Amino acid sequence: MKKKVDTNKIEISFSLNGEKKTMLIKSSMILLDLIRDEIGLTGTKTGCNEGECGACTVLINDVAVNSCLFPAINIQGKNVTTIEGISDGVKLDPVQEALIEKGGVQCGFCTSGMVMTIKGMQTKFKKGKHKPTTEEIKKGLEGNLCRCTGYVKIVEAAEKVIHGHS
Amino acid sequence: MAKKLNIIGTPTPKLDAGIRTTGKAIYGHDMKLPGMLHGAILRTQFPYADFTIDVSAAKKLKGVICVITAEDIDTNTISYKRDHPVLKRGTVNCIRDEIAAVAAETKEIALEALKLIKVNYKPKRGIFDPSDSLKEKAREVNRFLKEKKYEKNVADKFFYEHGNLDEQKKKSAVIVKKKFELQRMTHCCMATSNITADWNVITKRLTLYSSTQVPFLYQRDMAHCLKINPSDIRVVQVVIGGGFGSKLDMNPFEPIAAILSMKTNRPVQILYTREEEFIASPTRQTMNIEMEAGADKNGNFTFRDIKIIKDNGAYTSWGATTPFVMMQTFSSLYQCPACRFESVAVYTNNPNAGSFRGYGNPQATFAMESVIDLLADELKMDKAAIRLKNSNYKGEITGQGLHFETCGHKESLETVIEKSKRQDAGGKMQDARYKRGIGYGSMLHVGGGAKIYRSDGCGTTIKLDDYGYLTIVTGSSEIGQGSETVLAMMASEELSIPLSKIKVVNTDTDVKPWDVGVHASRTTFVAGNSLLGAIDLLKKKLNKKAAILLNTPAEEFIYENEEIKNSNYQSVKIDKVVREIHFASPSELCTETYFYEPSSKFQDKGFKGNVSGTYAFAAQAVEVEVDTYTGNIKVVKIEVAQDVGKVLNPLGIMGQIEGGVLMGVGYALSEELIMENGYVKNPNFHNYKMLTASDVPEINFYPIETNDSQGPYGAKGMAEAPLIPTAAAIANAVADAIGTRIYSLPLTPEKILRALNEKSNNGHSVVIR
Repeated sequence: MKKKVDTNKIEISFSLNGEKKTMLIKSSMILLDLIRDEIGLTGTKTGCNEGECGACTVLINDVAVNSCLFPAINIQGKNVTTIEGISDGVKLDPVQEALIEKGGVQCGFCTSGMVMTIKGMQTKFKKGKHKPTTEEIKKGLEGNLCRCTGYVKIVEAAEKVIHGHS
Repeated sequence: MAKKLNIIGTPTPKLDAGIRTTGKAIYGHDMKLPGMLHGAILRTQFPYADFTIDVSAAKKLKGVICVITAEDIDTNTISYKRDHPVLKRGTVNCIRDEIAAVAAETKEIALEALKLIKVNYKPKRGIFDPSDSLKEKAREVNRFLKEKKYEKNVADKFFYEHGNLDEQKKKSAVIVKKKFELQRMTHCCMATSNITADWNVITKRLTLYSSTQVPFLYQRDMAHCLKINPSDIRVVQVVIGGGFGSKLDMNPFEPIAAILSMKTNRPVQILYTREEEFIASPTRQTMNIEMEAGADKNGNFTFRDIKIIKDNGAYTSWGATTPFVMMQTFSSLYQCPACRFESVAVYTNNPNAGSFRGYGNPQATFAMESVIDLLADELKMDKAAIRLKNSNYKGEITGQGLHFETCGHKESLETVIEKSKRQDAGGKMQDARYKRGIGYGSMLHVGGGAKIYRSDGCGTTIKLDDYGYLTIVTGSSEIGQGSETVLAMMASEELSIPLSKIKVVNTDTDVKPWDVGVHASRTTFVAGNSLLGAIDLLKKKLNKKAAILLNTPAEEFIYENEEIKNSNYQSVKIDKVVREIHFASPSELCTETYFYEPSSKFQDKGFKGNVSGTYAFAAQAVEVEVDTYTGNIKVVKIEVAQDVGKVLNPLGIMGQIEGGVLMGVGYALSEELIMENGYVKNPNFHNYKMLTASDVPEINFYPIETNDSQGPYGAKGMAEAPLIPTAAAIANAVADAIGTRIYSLPLTPEKILRALNEKSNNGHSVVIR
């Protein structure tokens, strides 16, 4: 019997956490569902599915995006980094270390998204050679909601890694 | 002399922070079991309607395994008053109501199947205002309440009094009477509600992977609902993505998942969407509070008379018992010779209210602290002075019978009053547009558990292994607040075992001893004391063997660097002692179990009695800046002083303080779940405004350590307190800034502008007083 070609599906190639991947996906698929349901990496969280809470934040070519609003086909040829790929697997990333040490983690459901957003900010500011103010850092975190911490410790952690002091 | 402490009191990162920072923590949303089906719930489209339902088309959809309606299930009603059917039959009573449920191979198929269910609604006029429910001609809203103790549409009622109200009224130089309106606030846990149910047809046992914060009450409630044995239900708590009181009640989706699993013999998972979370999760109670209070000419408080109407919604949750907490505030926060308190929880066709961090206390405190400012105004007395004059004191036994064996109320007030004094010598910022103001609020809350269930206790089993590692099996639960860490710190302090060698097991009702649950800020106090009791037993066993090994009397030992030492600096390694016990003849294991029940007592029928092991006090002073052109309020600074008994983990405490305070700022300024004719108008984060990192004011915290004799190392419960006085203090600061007061929350720009407008229309100038 001849194999039926699913016209709704499309082949994409991308890099996920440093590993090259080629997958056949539904053209309508959202990146968050690809990551969680198809690939099975559950560190990226579904908080609202409408781009308001930031729990699903991942990096695409080092830029933080809400994966719940991002069409998966748009990662063609790009580097996707999730919380599972943020550290080298041996040592924690300084962003993770800072959040732990400062006490920026309570229930932890927003934490993956927070890590990715702070990482994205760190890269952006490093590239632009601009030293952001605390207000700018807070602004950068506005897209990530947290109900437990009141953000203070998360902002402190972000400042630590972005400004490079304790 | 107090013992020198090594780890208690030092900032200690959470033990579970590592897994939660790396995406390795398994929340309910991440659970996946072999053969697992996806469940989805069909909810009503109308808040109040009769309906007929046809699920035949949904059943035929490929990939649908099971569809259920009320006709297909045999369950008991659930909820605190057992007035809530799991699936509704023929009539719906509010917009969150479940009318059918589906289990399918994929999430997409489950949602597709819901669309195929045909429902014919006959919408009817609902009752959405509690005062309408209380009218004589009003129909009965909830027909499931079996024990009808009160008049029609009253779900619950509380009456309390002490002292002679009439006499105290006569003594009063000033009397203030005001009405306050409190809005519907919702928890916004970052993880939406979730459950994975796994029925085993062979063993006839049910495993629930649940986010409950009260696993043992949940097990009992689930068993009652499903008509099975509690012990045939194993509750395994997944990593919980936020609690805040929302997971105190079992909700219908949980037995629904269990039933779907029992009908399909496959695991079934139900995950709420965010919209569903907003619509179907019980909220903080809306309330109308009428408060009358007086003071004599010297500013001594004389009496308080309070009437509260709470919107219960269509069903009754644990939240109906919030008056237990509210009446403490009215009867006992600041000295008060006479108090009368009356509250009714009234059924309406709104979604049912639940319990929420603070448990009625933010509402009560808002009314109370507003009235104190008004009394001070009437007496032309300083707002700080009137509070200090009436503050609670150590040794006080209040009219309600609460015994304040330690009390940091006055010290908390003094601290924030001092810290909030302006640098610019009392001069308010003179600006035509931006007005600054300072407001105070304080609070009283249970700090040593709350005896409202038959037991307020917690069990602990500890196990010291042959390699010197300690496992703590505690009845208490970790919901993100850091209880695992503080328990491990206590064990480390006592046994000198490093945190890296301590494991905390706390998620499985088949394993852990009984505990009443995470609520009432009780875990550190109750589970802490329980653990210390178990460690005492263990030490006795270790000391006995060490005495033999070191040839010393047992009493002299100290535990240091994982060794047991005598006064002659002779020592033996703890793990060696364990092995000597384990491999001796007769042999024994180093395992001990201890159950701790606080000294608190049930209150009598008049709600009098010492309901908690100890009490927490706090005060906050807030500085705001009000933009009189736009009505926007900027919270500049919040000074927080709190009697926490003793700081155990400074990092954990700061997290609770900052998180609680910001939750309180949200309650004061922006958060309201808006209802219109029974519909939720803003079921999303875009229109329900939770605060963000940019909205955080400067928060300064000053712990007051009163070293409670009953608390572990002197500690009291502290985690609800930070949000309790915040809204009250903000409202007082706003009144101070603009010279007119708003009696409802949230303090929206519209309300500010309206108040300013009314004030100027009354012939007063808008210039600051």
